[in-house]
Amino acid sequence: MTKAGLIRLALIAALLGMLEVMVRIGRIDPLTMQAPHKMVIDLYSMLASGKLNKAIAKTMGNAAIAFMIAVSMGVISGLLIHRLRRLRETLDPLFATYYAIPVFAFYPLLILLLGLGDAPQIFIGVMLGFVAVVVNTLNGLDRVPRVLLKTARVNGMNPFETALKITLPSAAPYILTGAKFAVAYSLIGVIGAEFIMSTGGMGYEISFAYNNFDNATMYPLIILILTASITINMLISRWEKSLLKRRGLQ
Amino acid sequence: MTQPHIRLTDVEMTFSRPDGAGEDIHALGPIQLDLRHGEFFAVVGPSGCGKSTLLELMIGLSTPTKGSITFEGKPINGSCPDGIGVVFQEDASFAWLTVRDNIAFGLRRMALDRREQDERVEKALAMMGLGEFADVYPSQLSGGMRQRVCIARTLVTEPRLILLDEPFGALDQQTRLLMGDEILSLWRKTGATIFLITHALDEAAMLADRIGVMSSRPGQLIDIVETNWPRDRDSRIVEEDAFGAVTARLWRSLRVESMKAIGKKDARP
Ligand SMILES: Nc1ncnc2c1ncn2[C@@H]1O[C@H](COP(=O)(O)OP(=O)(O)OP(=O)(O)O)[C@@H](O)[C@H]1O
Ligand SMILES: [Mg+2]
Repeated sequence: MTKAGLIRLALIAALLGMLEVMVRIGRIDPLTMQAPHKMVIDLYSMLASGKLNKAIAKTMGNAAIAFMIAVSMGVISGLLIHRLRRLRETLDPLFATYYAIPVFAFYPLLILLLGLGDAPQIFIGVMLGFVAVVVNTLNGLDRVPRVLLKTARVNGMNPFETALKITLPSAAPYILTGAKFAVAYSLIGVIGAEFIMSTGGMGYEISFAYNNFDNATMYPLIILILTASITINMLISRWEKSLLKRRGLQ
Repeated sequence: MTQPHIRLTDVEMTFSRPDGAGEDIHALGPIQLDLRHGEFFAVVGPSGCGKSTLLELMIGLSTPTKGSITFEGKPINGSCPDGIGVVFQEDASFAWLTVRDNIAFGLRRMALDRREQDERVEKALAMMGLGEFADVYPSQLSGGMRQRVCIARTLVTEPRLILLDEPFGALDQQTRLLMGDEILSLWRKTGATIFLITHALDEAAMLADRIGVMSSRPGQLIDIVETNWPRDRDSRIVEEDAFGAVTARLWRSLRVESMKAIGKKDARP
């Protein structure tokens, strides 16, 4: 591990240690926040009892679906928009302001349109992640050296083949950056929507636990979400890094 | 065999500004040129005179604003015919593929059995001196080596006409002479026609049967020098008096044009 990595780890450990001490000496009310060690124990018993497995599976499953839709649609849209200059010029300013839109405001409308099932939650996740993928894909495609496109043309490659064998591999590191955003956004979208209105899922369970002062459920769920998000993010980062390293860029 | 391998008739290229503002750029022409089957033709000319533009016209990447180009009797329009291989001026290696996969790239698209493909790749690796780098990525190579990867990638498809745009630009002089020898022996073995763009007069003089000298923009062929070298020549030809005579003649034709290209108005012959 690098020195920076060690310092980072030490910092996190110190913060957790401080929290532990604060709760134990009573500076923080256990009704507000539990000691970290207790959260871990609660997480273990929660997982062991299996009573929230359904909620976890629902949220993670929906987030995964939102993620996959956001990435695949984002990449395909990026490829199309990149080819259509007019469309690009029209959309670019919209992309730049897109994240000023409070997507959740549309949630009630989405429920009206898509019903009370999982669809509106997935839709919110996709709405949040999709544009990040498009923007990063476009950024990557802009940087494909022109000479590579010429090479594709002299090899008689059609647009589809060119995308598959030249432009997408060339833009891959940027697309992965977009994918990292999509991981976080699809979780935010799905869980946030569950908070507002739904009948199950981790967001719903967290809000339910919150209303009932059930810290033994609330904190483990939060930890679980954090862990999942950070782990996936790190996996993609590692992949991204290996691509960049191969290209002598890191 | 009276038909030329590739024929350029009254070829001109003018770039219009995309936004419609400013003047159009007359980059090239008019150019008349016939390449004979199997000849080694070199083009020299000042920077910006339209050499790369000429090359892109010959492979159908762009269409001449005037005139026409035929390859093996058939007009080129809009796409690169089979049988033409090209090495661009810029580094066109694929950063995400190993050297071996880079070289195999064009080959894999051909209807050729896999064993034959692999053999050709190994041969090209050896010939280009890339054998020990077969499994590394281009980022680990020098610019000159990456250009060799691109040359190998083109050669393995065994084109009948090979176009090279300053392929040795990133190499030191010694390596350049030796790469020249490789190109010569390859040219002899394959019987391909070679069209080589270079800014090095000695390189052109050493390699080519004929050398076209281009004027500054809009590039036109202002002189064509026959070298009359034997087919089994190699880089040792630089020792001969005739070699000096050829380079001298190239420089005489080019001096004024080159001065124009760098903006010296008072250029005198
Ligand atoms: N796509 C284009 N649009 C507008 N102008 C262009 C375009 N391509 C080339 N030109 C212009 O045409 C002229 C010739 O360019 P070209 O690249 O063919 O020169 P060159 O002889 O290959 O130069 P060098 O030796 O530096 O490679 C230049 O003035 C260049 O600015
Ligand atoms: Mg050029």
